[in-house]
Amino acid sequence: MSEKLDNLENLGKYRLNHLRELEAEAIFVIRETAAQFDNPALLFSGGKDSIVLFHLARKAFYPAKVPFPLLHIDTGHNFQETLDFRDYLVKKHGVQLLVGSVEETIRQGKAKEDTGYYATRNAIQSITLLDMIEQHKIDAALGGARRDEEKARAKERFFSHRDIFGQWDPKNQRPELWNLFNGRKHMGEHFRVFPLSNWTELDVWLYIYLEQIELPSLYFTHRRKVFNRDGVWLAYAPFMRLKPDEKVEERDVRCRTIGDIPTTGLTLSTASTVEEIVYEIATTRTTERGMRFDDKVSETSMEDRKREGYF
Amino acid sequence: MEQHTKLTKEEIKQKVDELLNNYLEMDLLRFTTAGSVDDGKSTLIGRLLYDTKAIFQDQLDAVERASRRRGEDQLNLALITDGLKAEREQGITIDVAYRYFHTPKRKFIIADTPGHVQYTRNMVTGASTANLAIILIDARNGVVEQTLRHSYIASLLQIKHIIVTINKMDLVGYDQEVFEKIKQDYQNIAQKLDVKDIRFVPISALKGDNVVEKSENMPWYDGPTLLWLLENINITSDINLNDPRFPVQYVIRPMSDEWHDYRGYAGRIASGVFHVGDQVMILPSGLTTKITSIHFADRQLDYAFAPQSVAMTVADDIDISRGNMIVPVNNVPQQSNEVEMKICWFNQRPLQPRGRYILRHTTTEMLAMVTDVDYKLDINTLEKNYDDKEIKMNDIARIKVRTAQPLFFDPYKKNRQTGAVILIDESTNETVAAGMIE
Repeated sequence: MSEKLDNLENLGKYRLNHLRELEAEAIFVIRETAAQFDNPALLFSGGKDSIVLFHLARKAFYPAKVPFPLLHIDTGHNFQETLDFRDYLVKKHGVQLLVGSVEETIRQGKAKEDTGYYATRNAIQSITLLDMIEQHKIDAALGGARRDEEKARAKERFFSHRDIFGQWDPKNQRPELWNLFNGRKHMGEHFRVFPLSNWTELDVWLYIYLEQIELPSLYFTHRRKVFNRDGVWLAYAPFMRLKPDEKVEERDVRCRTIGDIPTTGLTLSTASTVEEIVYEIATTRTTERGMRFDDKVSETSMEDRKREGYF
Repeated sequence: MEQHTKLTKEEIKQKVDELLNNYLEMDLLRFTTAGSVDDGKSTLIGRLLYDTKAIFQDQLDAVERASRRRGEDQLNLALITDGLKAEREQGITIDVAYRYFHTPKRKFIIADTPGHVQYTRNMVTGASTANLAIILIDARNGVVEQTLRHSYIASLLQIKHIIVTINKMDLVGYDQEVFEKIKQDYQNIAQKLDVKDIRFVPISALKGDNVVEKSENMPWYDGPTLLWLLENINITSDINLNDPRFPVQYVIRPMSDEWHDYRGYAGRIASGVFHVGDQVMILPSGLTTKITSIHFADRQLDYAFAPQSVAMTVADDIDISRGNMIVPVNNVPQQSNEVEMKICWFNQRPLQPRGRYILRHTTTEMLAMVTDVDYKLDINTLEKNYDDKEIKMNDIARIKVRTAQPLFFDPYKKNRQTGAVILIDESTNETVAAGMIE
């Protein structure tokens, strides 16, 4: 790699390039969260955005450890690779891990599981998440969501208020000016905080490359049992119900985003390094959300889920 | 991806390094666009995103489907920026939406804000972080009330650069005289404003004239396109590098064996440059000490500058906590318990004279009381009204504020970071006003 990558002032003296400026902004937001709230947690999905968020959090508090736990909502349908990577990261960096189980939420009768071919536990995650937030008295949940991902996300604040029911009211958001973030709240309310708001998908990937950040193996090509549903490649797992005309076959695939098995569309790809992934992203013409089954339900599915307390 | 298999691993690595090198040569320009659907604002943003290839195929397919549903033959570029359900239903922008695109030169963040007077607060919000404002004028209507309003907000928030885009030139026959007349009218009102860098571009967002591609319909215009200006306007002097200000955001105390006595003062440099060895004063205590190290994660730096997020250590064991400010001994900010500021009111509930509010400034918070309303500004005419002192939502006013502790500030005109405050309602916790200290 060239020296430029490591140079904080490659544009000239006292000038930051845009990626370093975004990095400085995200670190500011993460520190502001630690300073303004009593009990924050970092929402960790095992996907690249939350991995980058954790990397930035480590930078923000160096040489101290990250002063809040990671919170993972496990649908019970996760890729084993995601769970292994999560456990590896937690052990390596000595942070606390909280796991909320969707399976447990269903067992407790707090949610009813969808049935049918398109069943996912996506919506139930919100219930488990809000349960965990209440149970652990979490007052700020840091997430890796970005405004460029989806139209409802384009309106998000860095500090996004949630009422006592965990709901988002997009029409009545607090104005957010300069970098003066207002995290004041009443008992029982909480905030979602999005330090990567201004990053794009390409920013995240190039930052991963620049900083040599470790990723789960799912992002790289591997041979897997898959089937094609409505033009999207999905991973086969015993709990996935196949339609009569769908058949399982082996393909070289990788994940462009990571959700759980039923919601994650796979890309046919032979990319085995971060460089190859960046190359693929830079030349590809569909959005990463276009690969997600959870957004295909309706034009407003993200907005609807977010109102109810989704990530 | 088709080409992908044809390249060797080495070739890919080389290409990605090249891409990353180019990518790291981009700086960041934040700009705001105020306007209503009628001005063609959504079409203009759609055009910028479309022509710079920021729209992916699946988004384009969705817009095509939506255009067809509305019975339109052509791709409706305005639909690209469609937002919340209510906005789509009503065909308006309610809130600030942020959009992203880049060209080989720059990365851009658009704060897309609604333009009607009842959304002044949203415009102010979008403008607070912008380097540049695009002011849209409908060529058929010329300079109107809202032109002045949008321009005033840009000037109030100290946006350094304005690009006046005279849109819908196709509907006035690409007439040079129309353009020149509007330019002259605008220059007349601009005299009332505090903006130095103003440019004019005749465009048609719908047809694409002078947005990204140079127009063949206006050979009389020999200036640059809108995108060229966005890519090339010099923003290096937008950040104040003269007055070093470091609001302490967080104190890092590892309390580990290895870092037993370490105390790092973490924060984002608000303005200026700090060097290791600088003699500094801690505010409000007034104690002085020396910077012994500056680091960015595990990397030691000789100096750091705005807007970097870093951590510092100092020579003496003195009490420094969040809300303190570190400044050079020979360049300290103003100090006062009473400040005058222009505000934009954000809340349904009007300003309460002699009311108590929480004032947030850099990383500190304190109680404050509004002791006087000097005047209210008619934002459409810029006339000062000294009689009507009821400050309601979207109003702009000049007020006096007394604070419970001394405030260490610079005038907003000199420093956007240390001259800005927000007021918070104690009972509802809502952000009720944005203030710019004079």
